[in-house]
Amino acid sequence: MSDLVEVIDSRKKIDVNKIREDFPVLHQKVNGKPLAYFDNAATTQKPVQVIDALKAYYEKDNSNIHRGAHTLASRATEHFESTRNQIREFINAPSSEEVIFTKGTTESINLVANTYGRKFIQEGDEIIISTMEHHSNIVPWQMLCENNKAVLRVIPIFKNGELDFEAYKKLLSPKTKLVAVVHASNALGTVNPIKDMIRLAHEYGAKFLVDGAQSTAHLPVDVQDLDCDFLAFSAHKLYGPTGVGVLYGKRELLEKMPPYQGGGEMIKEVRFENTTYNDIPYKFEAGTPNIADVIAFDQALTFIKDCGKDKIHAHESQLLAYAFDKCATIKGFEPIGTADEKVSVMSFNIKNTHPFDVGMMLDASGIAVRTGHHCTQPLMDWYGIEGTVRASFAVYNTVEEIDRLYNSLVRIAKRKN
Amino acid sequence: MEDINAIQDEIIGEFEILGDDKESTIYYIMELGDQLPDFPETERKEDNIIKGCQSKVWLITNLQDGKIQFLADSNTAITKGLISLLIRVLSGRKAKEIMNADLYFIERIGMGNIIGSQRSNGLAAMIKQMKMFALAYQSKIDA
Repeated sequence: MSDLVEVIDSRKKIDVNKIREDFPVLHQKVNGKPLAYFDNAATTQKPVQVIDALKAYYEKDNSNIHRGAHTLASRATEHFESTRNQIREFINAPSSEEVIFTKGTTESINLVANTYGRKFIQEGDEIIISTMEHHSNIVPWQMLCENNKAVLRVIPIFKNGELDFEAYKKLLSPKTKLVAVVHASNALGTVNPIKDMIRLAHEYGAKFLVDGAQSTAHLPVDVQDLDCDFLAFSAHKLYGPTGVGVLYGKRELLEKMPPYQGGGEMIKEVRFENTTYNDIPYKFEAGTPNIADVIAFDQALTFIKDCGKDKIHAHESQLLAYAFDKCATIKGFEPIGTADEKVSVMSFNIKNTHPFDVGMMLDASGIAVRTGHHCTQPLMDWYGIEGTVRASFAVYNTVEEIDRLYNSLVRIAKRKN
Repeated sequence: MEDINAIQDEIIGEFEILGDDKESTIYYIMELGDQLPDFPETERKEDNIIKGCQSKVWLITNLQDGKIQFLADSNTAITKGLISLLIRVLSGRKAKEIMNADLYFIERIGMGNIIGSQRSNGLAAMIKQMKMFALAYQSKIDA
């Protein structure tokens, strides 16, 4: 009987040691100590499958996609488009035409601001964001508001890092044309109730963009279930290469939107007198895309699928709870962001110690964390702090690594507490 | 007072003892910063901040018996430690000595590896500012 329980239990869990074997970068010493990589919210490390796919593409298939009349071009095109389809499955989009490749989350948001925004947001219209947005989900809207004389409204938060849902309801009005909110906060880890937020926004006829940069690696994200109008995310936070981002948009919106950039790929016919644009998604993909990295991203998605997102999430949640419980006993440990629903982000400060110093001391022990404002300056201002130390966990992190983090923090905290 | 190079050699010796253990080195630099005399609260203002440093560094000077005394502070312990090294080498000296100082200890202790390239730019900004102060005093003396 106990054997059976163990078997069932092991099916629920991921084998971290086995997974770590797939990540060459983790097997190195930094400053004489084994690397403990806790900067996953900035970018995740890449499994060997992704690295091999990049190499294989350049060794065997390199060619420009969509227009070549030769075998290599067809192979590259096929791989490129099959990645698009795997992304469609990953977010459960109705069709792969609604999946647009960009450079990253930032470009995906800028694309919406510069096309949908410029065309459909009018003077006096309102765009709602939240206090916990990343700069990339603030500045494009500020620029749009300035250009179109629209108004930017900001949803407040509570001290624990949760969004003030009642305040959000009050901000919504017939003037609201767009809501752009982060699914999971990069600085706090807070998971926002976006499904309910989307439903409410739609009641007012507003469109909803989800910044999925931090959520897609950890939580199930189903665009049809959420009913979001846009979803933006980056491959490099999903164990994929840098330089690849995704914008999902509902077909009816994408078709109404003007193109983002002009050039090759995005056209049907070009005459000096006039040009007709290509169909979606190509209308938004001017120029030769980042073919190699897109193709390698396919492997990252397969890796996630093979691990099982629910198992990844369970593992990371366990690490987060363990880290918080342990570090809470350290004198001078001040957690920032303690929402009930969180992705695996532990943001904190050590009393009387600048986050940068904490980061340097941890780095000297081989532990990689992020320090600073995490591109969320308005959020840091709201908390009245300069920044935080952020340890963010991924599928390959271990309890032993967190013990090392704890031991180093004990020593750091002792200096001034 | 020992000459500039004797102090630099002393620092190089201290860092040699630490070897390539980065953890000990970082903690040592921070301890050096802890030993700096208190910085006057009233001088912790925008005008006294050195431009070009990622951390905030306040630097003030005064002239005593023809020698420049530096006082500094920083919001980060590591930067405070770094500037304490510069103060140890340069404070209490004549303007000309400061202007002409060749601060070879920075390279010899491998500071670039310890603090990384961005912080190295900050350190260069601190040295530049200290030399600018010396230059300003010297031109007053020459005038």
